[in-house]
Amino acid sequence: MSRFDWLSELIARCEEEHILFHGGSARELAPAHVLHIDIEDWGKFAVMAAEQQTRWCAVWAVQQDEETLLMNACFEKQGDYLVIRAPLDIHSPVLPSQAPVFPAANRPERHSQDMFGVMFGNHPDSRRWIRHQAWDEEIFPLRKDIRMAHSDQVAPADTYYPFFQAQGSGVYEIPVGPVHAGIIEPGHFRFQAVGETILNLEERLGYVHKGIEKIAEGRDAEGLAKLAGRISGDTTVAHTWCACMAMERAANVAVPRRGIYLRALLAERERVANHLGDIGAICNDVGFAFANSQFSRLREIWQRTQSVIFKHRLLMDTIVPGGVKVDLSSQQCETLSQQHAVIKTELNELMAILNDHASLEDRLVSAGHLSHELATKLGVVGYLAKASGVDYDLRRDHAYAPYDRMNIDSPCYQQGDVATRLQVRADEIIHSLILMDTLLQQLPDGDIANTWKPPVAICEGLGMVEAWRGEIISYVQFDATGKISRFYARDPSWLNWPALEQLIDGNIVPDFPVCNKSVNGSYSGHDL
Amino acid sequence: MMDWLLSLLELVVFVLLAPLFSAWVKRVKCWLQNRRSPSLLQPYRDLRRLFSKQVIMAEIASPVFRVTPYIIAGATLMAAAVVPFISVNLPTAAIADVIVLAGFFALARFFQALAGMDIGTAFGGMGSSREMTISALAEPAMLMAVFTLSMVASSTNLSIVIEHLMAQGLVLRPSLFFALLSLLLVGIAETGRIPVDNPATHLELTMIHEAMILEYSGRHLALIEWAVQLKLMIYAVLIANIFFPWGIATTDSMSAIAVGAGTLLVKLVLLGGVLAAGETLFAKMRLFRVSTFLVLALTLALIGLLSHIILEVG
Repeated sequence: MSRFDWLSELIARCEEEHILFHGGSARELAPAHVLHIDIEDWGKFAVMAAEQQTRWCAVWAVQQDEETLLMNACFEKQGDYLVIRAPLDIHSPVLPSQAPVFPAANRPERHSQDMFGVMFGNHPDSRRWIRHQAWDEEIFPLRKDIRMAHSDQVAPADTYYPFFQAQGSGVYEIPVGPVHAGIIEPGHFRFQAVGETILNLEERLGYVHKGIEKIAEGRDAEGLAKLAGRISGDTTVAHTWCACMAMERAANVAVPRRGIYLRALLAERERVANHLGDIGAICNDVGFAFANSQFSRLREIWQRTQSVIFKHRLLMDTIVPGGVKVDLSSQQCETLSQQHAVIKTELNELMAILNDHASLEDRLVSAGHLSHELATKLGVVGYLAKASGVDYDLRRDHAYAPYDRMNIDSPCYQQGDVATRLQVRADEIIHSLILMDTLLQQLPDGDIANTWKPPVAICEGLGMVEAWRGEIISYVQFDATGKISRFYARDPSWLNWPALEQLIDGNIVPDFPVCNKSVNGSYSGHDL
Repeated sequence: MMDWLLSLLELVVFVLLAPLFSAWVKRVKCWLQNRRSPSLLQPYRDLRRLFSKQVIMAEIASPVFRVTPYIIAGATLMAAAVVPFISVNLPTAAIADVIVLAGFFALARFFQALAGMDIGTAFGGMGSSREMTISALAEPAMLMAVFTLSMVASSTNLSIVIEHLMAQGLVLRPSLFFALLSLLLVGIAETGRIPVDNPATHLELTMIHEAMILEYSGRHLALIEWAVQLKLMIYAVLIANIFFPWGIATTDSMSAIAVGAGTLLVKLVLLGGVLAAGETLFAKMRLFRVSTFLVLALTLALIGLLSHIILEVG
């Protein structure tokens, strides 16, 4: 299969529909392909892209000067990425929405609307999303003319958000959060239920908005790498990697092979740690404490090793622009491979118990079912997609170094329930352990990092990484002084959160926590 | 006079030991899950902490919300007095029977459910609704199991039932076996243990009992927590003393009471172990399965009743 063999057909269909292209380029945001179109064709292009069964990935705006915003939207098919771009006049920032054809675009577009003040003409739902009422109606924080100012003023509460309403006899409403009883991130869930059966669930996120995109501006490369590692603490490696990948592509800095291998090793370790924790947590949410304590134990062993060898339990700040910060001695490699074997044995034993447990099966099988059709329609990624028959893994389908030289095994199932999502995680752990053994065996000699040379002209880059939750896309733009002028990171949670609203339909209220845990979207990664 | 004093003393011991029993169950659970357990004194520390804390109450709380902790604690305390503990011939046990015991539980639950709805939070109402669904099924099952015992001993008084069973010696009665199974299931449901409810959860949406008491704090919460521990202990003592009465003190002599206390301790330790094992082996049931679980309890009690009539009468 050659790369981008679907692109010419898409372009041909677009031309039939009189969509005008103002040039395209394979280098502008390599490895993605860029097409320039008119802003009026923004919605029409989405229709064509949907017709060609591409997956909608991301939308972001970049302010070019005082007059213009450059709108970007990213699509993927068969592991190839396509970015369409169109300039938008900042004084009349109206463009057609892509959400009517791609439901995944709904919230990301509202994010652009809140942050840049662009207006999507036929958007199905134009309520505020990330920008709660802390800001005035007319302040769009990501525009260049808005300065960040420290304020002691307490932000007004986000009241009167027009939630979806349901009426009828016996329908009642359960507001949950944003502060929860457990030590988890803040997010609000609004249920409409009849008896115990859920009629509708509406999420309200944005409570952990940290202004990542704004505080990224003006940083140097190292500063951005650190910031990216704090977008979502459980995904610190993948986010840093993705941001560094984008910066390195922009500034044309190569990473030594040993550095690339170590990055992959770190990313796989992060995957294993989170999946171990998740499997235990899913079982804990149905009151099966045995599994929780066992998997917590495994995760703890795993993280203590990280703390000793990589100097950080969660591997924060181990990746830097140009390479990595930590090297491995041959003895440490040996310690790691021994640990892989231990975890593999223990995991197999534990999974045998879990899979054989009738009362666990009773809770997990068929709960929170996400059909293949819905998964495709919503464009979900990661374990959520793989459990619902969407077989997509960046490491295999958009093979980036060092995975391009490896045999990537990725699980895919059809059932789409909580039990399947648990199984996907278990499979991914095993695959990651094998992968890490290979990485250690083939670990090249040499430097672990190249010195970072700040770019001297305006340049931009796009990074794509398969994090443990699924695909991350990061966009970075440098100004002429080598400082960041725009950073956007699309966490996989943007695509997966909406699926939770759908897969919970028809389930009962007390099953929500386990369904939520099986999706495990990141609040912080989503809220930016 | 002496026996009233003894009765009072036993009640005090009962109430003081209840947190210890909960701590024991927790300890065995921790062992079974390869975890280190908190000290056996932890529930006492928790109670002391809660008693010394300020009570925070919603502005809209009605008097019902305020008095409920006292009613729950009082009713559960009275229930504890009715149950023969170390010795069987207690005047407190003689004046009330097992139907009164069920009545005390029902009274406590009624106010608990009212208080759950009082503040008007979604979780409280949800918890109350679930609690009522479960108790509507658990109470008949409990009464049915108790009636089986009553038919065997021709009395609803617990002391008389126990004396009757002891006088008979070791006779295998199918009716009692079924009643035991039924009461075990009901006890699990009524005391909010896994697989029916999870007392350790932090997930508001899955809670039953905990959802109703989310708004309580300070001494109110302490009283309710204590009552929960007491209720668990009552069920454990009930099962231990009715179905395995051997060792219970039948006279007021010091030696009989010492033997009674010793054997009861062994029985409770074992029973706590069984409960902890059960809680470790099973995941929590889906809420709608609870009805099946309790219908099973009811059916078992019914079979016990029938097998008494068919096999044992005449």
